[in-house]
Amino acid sequence: MAERVLELDDLTVRFRLKRGELTAVDGVSFAVERGQTFGLVGESGSGKSVTARAIMRLVPTPPGQIPRGTIRFEGRDVLALSDAEMRALRGRRIAMVFQEPMSALNPVFTVCDQISDALRTNLGLSKRDARERVVELLSLVGIPSPRRRLDSYVHEFSGGMRQRVMLAMALSCNPVFLIADEPTTALDVTIQATILELITGMIERLGMSLIFITHNLGVVAHACDVIGVMYASHLVELGDKREIFRNPQHPYTVGLLNSIPRLDTQAKYLTPIRGSVCNMMAPPAGCKFHPRCEHAMDVCRQEVPKLREVASGHFAACHLHDRGGSP
Amino acid sequence: MNGDVPAGAALLEVKGLTKHFWLHADIFSRLAGEKVQVLKAVDGIDFHIRKGETLGLVGESGCGKSTTARLVTRLIEPTSGEVRLKGEDLLSFSAARLKETRKQVQIVFQDPYSSLNPRKTIMHILGRPMEIHGLAASWMERREKVLDLLQRVGLGVEHIDRYPHEFSGGQRQRIAIARALSVSPELVIGDEPVSALDVSIQAQILNLFRDLQEEFGLTYLFIAHDLSVVRHISDRVAVMYVGKIVETGPAAALFADPLHPYTKALLAAVPEADPEKPPPKLTLKGEVSTPIDPPPGCRLCGRCPLETRICAEQSPPLVDVGAGRQVACHNI
Repeated sequence: MAERVLELDDLTVRFRLKRGELTAVDGVSFAVERGQTFGLVGESGSGKSVTARAIMRLVPTPPGQIPRGTIRFEGRDVLALSDAEMRALRGRRIAMVFQEPMSALNPVFTVCDQISDALRTNLGLSKRDARERVVELLSLVGIPSPRRRLDSYVHEFSGGMRQRVMLAMALSCNPVFLIADEPTTALDVTIQATILELITGMIERLGMSLIFITHNLGVVAHACDVIGVMYASHLVELGDKREIFRNPQHPYTVGLLNSIPRLDTQAKYLTPIRGSVCNMMAPPAGCKFHPRCEHAMDVCRQEVPKLREVASGHFAACHLHDRGGSP
Repeated sequence: MNGDVPAGAALLEVKGLTKHFWLHADIFSRLAGEKVQVLKAVDGIDFHIRKGETLGLVGESGCGKSTTARLVTRLIEPTSGEVRLKGEDLLSFSAARLKETRKQVQIVFQDPYSSLNPRKTIMHILGRPMEIHGLAASWMERREKVLDLLQRVGLGVEHIDRYPHEFSGGQRQRIAIARALSVSPELVIGDEPVSALDVSIQAQILNLFRDLQEEFGLTYLFIAHDLSVVRHISDRVAVMYVGKIVETGPAAALFADPLHPYTKALLAAVPEADPEKPPPKLTLKGEVSTPIDPPPGCRLCGRCPLETRICAEQSPPLVDVGAGRQVACHNI
């Protein structure tokens, strides 16, 4: 088995809010191997982004807290690191790309200033060396005539080009691990195609590992090796990409795949999942999906199902499997 | 308004519809004699929608889809062109006549969080259009109708006295649809009505659009950027690129065998939710062209693999290629 770069075990993130307590991530465990692309999918509010932020130690405390679980990155316990040790990790070993490049980049600094800031702080480069490295990085992410764009501001770039700048910044200190949180969601489909190609190509060439967070099943189908499906703070299914698409084992994954309109066929009606996501401030007991599930049994209303192996390397958290059934 | 349009005849006809925005340079640059730039958001488009059908309008951001929706409803005034509803020119209507017409053409917007007034109850939101158009004289009558509407869009009657913030995104979009239906329109325009919703909810709302079309014989202009959504809901599709329609045709034929290089590129870029399908790729060079002072030729100039000399000189007209399809390309 390849080396596990990142291991999450029973990660739980809770927020204490005025209105009450909200568990955004509940007992999530998975591992990412070196060179692997891990797709984390789920609908809004399922806890994908909070999981990513917890790994980067970017969950604000308070109101957030991590009452349970561990995050091990390259063998070190991330949650036990001091702030200084964490700063040394961020950027240099593990970096993140956000969805909205316009709000993640600073509008009053030039592109060169922003990227070289990290280079000078983290790698101690001189101003001139940093500038040369920025040129390299911008051409690496496919920005045409990078030397001419160095002193441009973010607003002078289009959406796709801004995402390239974000990527250049994330890659600036040669991290071994990248977390991309919905990096193509705000982009048009033709731009998305180029950014996807860029990210997957880059990961492969640099031998990095990637967590790709998205709600778009089409994107994970092509960009990822392994997929984790989240629903209402739980990881409900985990497995190889092909397995998940060909042989989904959790009723939510099945429902999600059936909900998507297809390009190659036209059915008169789609098969949606009934109802809507539970209120996370007052989630139902037992399996969080049971109010929407057509297979719901008594046990589903009482006990939270555990993630168990249903086939080699394929895990699902559903009581159906305890009884030898499948959705 | 004159009588009913028979099924299959054009309910809405748009000819040469154009909307230009003049970008005013500041006074100093104008004094310095700088030219005022023109943003050609919609630049001479033709299409029609037959009664009872769904026309899908698809394109990337900034291509003029939403401007088209606003022009067709006269929420903004076009620079030139014709919009004919049941054969009559909507653009020549007086304010009173236009108000009367609003009953027949309704719109559902993208964001159900900003399109519903947070201070009004569902009863008010759905009852007010009926009141304005004199469709239900008494409060009791309106309440009856609102209860009926709620059930038709799949919401419980107990929701009638609640406020928008008490609903989820999907439920809000159901309310927005109910509001559009409250005045019994013939044409409903959906401007990205499912883009803000999660996939599992999106499927519910798409099914609702279908059900309501069957039940009330509605005609739809459905605007979206998601190609699989458009493919699913539409009978015919029009593809827009930088203010122009580049291809139209029956949905099945257009998606199975796209003719225009831009349509081809758009389809090749969609990541399909099936790992066995070819990965998405971009078959065009460069980035989307700007609608500000565009050059005279085809808008795809500089990006297109089929480009020849004529493309830079003349904008290709939308011409019939048989089987109900039209393409705007010099090289097909």
